[in-house]
Amino acid sequence: MSDHSASPAHAHVHRDDTGSKLGMWFFIFTEILLFGALFIVYSVYRFKNQDAFHAAALNLDTVIGTINTVILLVSSATIAMAISALQQKNKRLAIILMIATLALAGGFLVNKYFEWGAKFHHGLYPGAEHLVSLGPGQNQFFFLYFFMTGLHAFHVIVGMGFIIFVMRQVMRDQLTFDNYTRLENAGLYWHLVDLIWIYLFPLFYLIH
Amino acid sequence: MSHDSHEEIHVTPYSTYVIILSILLVLTAITVGVILLDLGVFSVTVALVVATIKAALVLLYFMHLKFDNKLFISLVAIVFAIYTTVIAITFIDYLAR
Repeated sequence: MSDHSASPAHAHVHRDDTGSKLGMWFFIFTEILLFGALFIVYSVYRFKNQDAFHAAALNLDTVIGTINTVILLVSSATIAMAISALQQKNKRLAIILMIATLALAGGFLVNKYFEWGAKFHHGLYPGAEHLVSLGPGQNQFFFLYFFMTGLHAFHVIVGMGFIIFVMRQVMRDQLTFDNYTRLENAGLYWHLVDLIWIYLFPLFYLIH
Repeated sequence: MSHDSHEEIHVTPYSTYVIILSILLVLTAITVGVILLDLGVFSVTVALVVATIKAALVLLYFMHLKFDNKLFISLVAIVFAIYTTVIAITFIDYLAR
């Protein structure tokens, strides 16, 4: 990424915005297939242990799940609006919207921390005596719960890093109204995080 | 300026995002509400159908597939077709055992 030609004054900028975005989409496809495989594992285990999954899902906090869904949906809208703001040369608003996205992402992780903390407190983590006593079906449910929401939370952290990375470039005018593909790619990644949660939320928190 | 080789730039108005976000929040409220109604077997179907509508809105509007180069939406369609096929094959296998 030795892109020193970000200034709009350059008449011929050597960059390929469509190619750059295409690369981001290909990466997103690998992510979709990664989580997609996990969703299939979840479906099959659920199909084979319907009663256990039903009982285990009752332990999840629908309120925290719903709040986190709202947080991610709003943050998806703010990062999308940041792109429109930069395109309209409103650098200040773009940065404010990116900071808002980061704050919402932080809120999501704080909720996740308390949610996981409560599960550990109640002995509902893989290997805990209480969970082991509940039988293999519920153990499968909680293994998948921690693995999938944990992998998702990891993506939230990576997404925050990506947004901070492009936000600094917007601040330094390395990304501008006519060179914003990297911001778009950060946005695409963030929407992927939202997309995955759109399925995680009903599958773990709602289907009882 | 440097837009000679560019496709025309589509700036999505803020209002579009506000409208889509509102629809997404209403759909979230609907899924949560449906669970409280306790429709039994149908609650799984309703939850997944609503989730897929939400995913489509995120892909089309937030991820700009509706306005972007048609190449992207075609590729996404292919990936989802492959994924759906894999799910179908997996469940044909499990249901037929």
